[in-house]
Amino acid sequence: MNDETRLCTFFLDQQMYGIDVRSVQEVIRYQEMTEVPLAPESVVGLINLRGQIVTAIDLRKRLKLPQRGGDALPMNVVIHGEDGAISLLVDQIGDVQSILPENYESPPDTMSSSSRELIRGTYKLKDRLLLVLNTEKTTRFSDGSD
Amino acid sequence: MTIQDDELQKEFVIESLEHLASVETQLLELESDDDSIDLDKINNVFRAIHSIKGVAGFLSLDTLESLAHREEEVLNRLRNRELRPTHDVINTLLKATDRLRSLLDSIESSNSEDVSDHIDALEKLLADSSIETSVSDSSEPSHVEHCRAVEMELVTTDGPMPETSAPQEPSAPEAPSEAGRKNATGLRDFLIESFDHLEQIEAYLVALESNPGSQDVLNAIYRVFHSLKGSSDFLGFQRTAAVAHASEGIMSELRAGRLVYNTPVANCMFQVLDHLRKQISRIEQLHGEGIDDVEPVLECIQDVLRVMDHGSRVPVKLDSKRTPAPQGIPASLPHALESSKIASDSAPGVAKPSTPKPTPAKPSPSNNPEGAAPSASESTIRVDVSLLDKLMTRVGELVLARNQILQFAGKLADNDLISATQRLNLITTELQEGVMKTRMQPIGNIWSKLPRLVRDLAETCGKRVRIEMQGKDTELDKTIIEAIKDPLTHLVRNTVDHGIERPEVRVECDKPEEGCLYLQAYHEGGQVNIEISDDGAGLNLAKIRTKAVEKGLITPDQASKLSDHDTAQLIFLPGFSTADKVSNVSGRGVGMDVVKTNIEKIGGTIDLQSTEGLGTSIKIKIPLTLAIIPALIITNNGNRFAIPQVNLSELVRVDTTTSETQIEWIHGTPVYRLRGQLLPLVFLHQILGRSAGGQNVSESVNIVVLRVDGRQFGLVVDRINDTEEIVVKPMGKLLKHIPVFAGATIMGDGKVALILDVLGLASKSTIVSKDANRTGYHSSANAANAKITPTRQMVICSSEDRRLALPISQVARLEKIPVKEIEHTDNREVVQYRNSILPLIRLCESLGIRDTTPSSDGLMDVIIYEENSRTYGLVVHRIVDIVDATIDELQPCNHKALLGSTVIHGHVTEVVNLPAIIQREFLGIMPNASEGEQRSCPE
Repeated sequence: MNDETRLCTFFLDQQMYGIDVRSVQEVIRYQEMTEVPLAPESVVGLINLRGQIVTAIDLRKRLKLPQRGGDALPMNVVIHGEDGAISLLVDQIGDVQSILPENYESPPDTMSSSSRELIRGTYKLKDRLLLVLNTEKTTRFSDGSD
Repeated sequence: MTIQDDELQKEFVIESLEHLASVETQLLELESDDDSIDLDKINNVFRAIHSIKGVAGFLSLDTLESLAHREEEVLNRLRNRELRPTHDVINTLLKATDRLRSLLDSIESSNSEDVSDHIDALEKLLADSSIETSVSDSSEPSHVEHCRAVEMELVTTDGPMPETSAPQEPSAPEAPSEAGRKNATGLRDFLIESFDHLEQIEAYLVALESNPGSQDVLNAIYRVFHSLKGSSDFLGFQRTAAVAHASEGIMSELRAGRLVYNTPVANCMFQVLDHLRKQISRIEQLHGEGIDDVEPVLECIQDVLRVMDHGSRVPVKLDSKRTPAPQGIPASLPHALESSKIASDSAPGVAKPSTPKPTPAKPSPSNNPEGAAPSASESTIRVDVSLLDKLMTRVGELVLARNQILQFAGKLADNDLISATQRLNLITTELQEGVMKTRMQPIGNIWSKLPRLVRDLAETCGKRVRIEMQGKDTELDKTIIEAIKDPLTHLVRNTVDHGIERPEVRVECDKPEEGCLYLQAYHEGGQVNIEISDDGAGLNLAKIRTKAVEKGLITPDQASKLSDHDTAQLIFLPGFSTADKVSNVSGRGVGMDVVKTNIEKIGGTIDLQSTEGLGTSIKIKIPLTLAIIPALIITNNGNRFAIPQVNLSELVRVDTTTSETQIEWIHGTPVYRLRGQLLPLVFLHQILGRSAGGQNVSESVNIVVLRVDGRQFGLVVDRINDTEEIVVKPMGKLLKHIPVFAGATIMGDGKVALILDVLGLASKSTIVSKDANRTGYHSSANAANAKITPTRQMVICSSEDRRLALPISQVARLEKIPVKEIEHTDNREVVQYRNSILPLIRLCESLGIRDTTPSSDGLMDVIIYEENSRTYGLVVHRIVDIVDATIDELQPCNHKALLGSTVIHGHVTEVVNLPAIIQREFLGIMPNASEGEQRSCPE
């Protein structure tokens, strides 16, 4: 990682996560989804994004976090995937943060392995920790972890 | 010297391939009309090859260039009638053309390829012809003489030309045959084109006055003069050519900056222009050049050049160009390109109206090189297909947005808004159609390759085959065009190899020696039909039966029961071939199966008709576009799904009051008795791993009867919505592995719906995989179906001992209704049906026969018919089947309720005139009088 990286941040279960801002196509409000039977559990549906059909992944389910409570609607962070756009459902969207490599640390060894491989590392911000998501692994389901 | 300009090279390849496509057609035509040699065609071919040669030389593609050059020479002989377009000559030319194409395909390595065999063959033709006509080698000097005024131009272009360009000096004798050259159409084209050219030059010259240094304008003028020179020289108008050539020289100097465009030069140019105009008008009147004196104009030009020479630039002039024309600088490319062509052009003296321009967007007027004036060719551009796809998506999105706005506008009832919305509506529709059209291509694009194929094949097989084509302009989506290319080629190969007999056999059968292969394409009902028929031997059905049994594809018992039509379909089975020996053309038995699979992959169907001794006809039906397909929309667990209509066979609605007896279970497997046959049932919610929908226990069960791979199964869904045209969109990688979905689509309300893959559904529920032997001929008596045009699905029912049929298109639904539900109103039998009153008509009564047999199970078969949004129920004794049937001719009969009788599947069957029955029964009592007016034959 060279010098400064800009991360698009969002929140899941109070925890701040970030992904490289360059991989983000857009952030949109909650969209109505069409569920896909037989799909991996964390694939929660398909969204019509201006004529393009985008697969939505619920990050809470993907990271095995507790279910979103109440009627709070998630936000869509649409990223450029390997083939076309993929939407990540998050609780809330944060700022774009510039981070420096010296604050970086790899995820703690004690983290559960399934979630651990989806996290690239941790950045220590002043008041909190920022987890960087591995978007490639998050949007791939070949390992059958779901 | 190589000029590394990929863009230019790519452009060259595309353009040249287009040229070659037309070359092939024209060569074949030349061969076929052997008596009258069509000079236009030779000229077109010549020009195409010449262009390739010119640019190849410029790009230092030496091998390509030398081959093109030899070919050009031969063509030149043809043109001058020193060589006749015999079979051998055309053959050699075709082969050389093929080689050119393969060189173009591997352009990077083309210089290391060996083409000597082709060159030798062409040289041999040349040698042969020079023996015949060695006398006429003298006209060349005169040609050069005329160009002497600016001969230096020729010399100076040596630089960019590769070594091999040396033989471009016209070794070919020029023996102008006046009669041929002054071919009327050629002349007319020349005149139109030339006047065009002059107008262009004038406009450019005016533009030059205000901007004397503009390279673009100078280049443009140069090109126009160059074309003019080429075409006039070619037609033998030497004086015009000389003037044009001289002017070209001036432009070249101007372009190189060695001459400044000032008033004297301008005056000279306008003088030239006027002179040319006069000269061409004279050609128009006299059909010949006349003996006009061109000296004053040429002198004027020379004066201009002389002034320049005196301006102490003489030494620079020659040397500056001897060193290669500046390369690498894009602006200089056209210059280099053009100057390299001067040498090649002036050598054999050739008309070249379609000068390749180094513009990125190049027109493709390959079909019409004659009439393609530059202005016309500039009206087409090449566009990347992916760009069109994107555009298409956006338009689709616009349509959805439009639909939403339409809904809002309806609610708000604001007049201005409504009229604006209507305009939006109209424009969007037109836009959508327009974008769709951009992806359409005429089927002629792939057909054009077939005559050559047929010719070569026929030759290899020692047969004579003529190919006829109709409906070349029929348009299809580009992706479909590409998808059917191979199957079509295969079918044509098959026809020539197996279908058409050898000439001697044909004569024995009283057929003309030459076999005929007939291709036809036309639109019908939103689909494209392609027919490939021949007048050959037809299929040997007995042999097919034997072979099929031998290979274990069917049992002897099945073989004896198969109808002729069904037997013919056997050739589509994998591994089937009746050929005794495998030829290098076909006969390995993989072909027809692949053809069928490929056609079905794009949602098409293929059918084969054959009459032994008279020929075979193959009919392919394919959708217009892959992107949009008709589909049935169903709802399950509150989600909508689309089922492609191709797989849909029928819809059955089972009332729950009776369904207990009708859906039966065999070891936990649900089945339904569909007209006496067991139909395996699949519950969609089970396949999708969801719990049963809430509606399941309510009033009815909906069964969608699907057909895949020759077998049928019923899919139980919650609700059947409607049929709709849907745009198929691929699903993301994450979901591609789910076999039951073929893709997704966006519905009218903007929401996403999944498209069910029927084959995937079937294999998930092990409908298909259970039976590896997928001949599909015993799945159902009517699965394989006889078809001659026109084919219709018919519902067969019986009343007493009579078999009756009516087109399924008239039938809304088929129902079983308990007899005890019949109520009476207005002296008429009615039942309550879907919350409304359904009037019943007893078919027996309409036909005047007595219905004596009471129904055994207390249910009656009712055909639901809808007309003018009214629903009627036709009570029949028994619904027998739904079949595909052909109704060639109806035997007329007296009864007004019948259209006539015919034979369907071996039984005499009467076709019911349902509208007439409804009309007779209800017209008198229907409150809506206007209905009567709409009917064609009120009683």
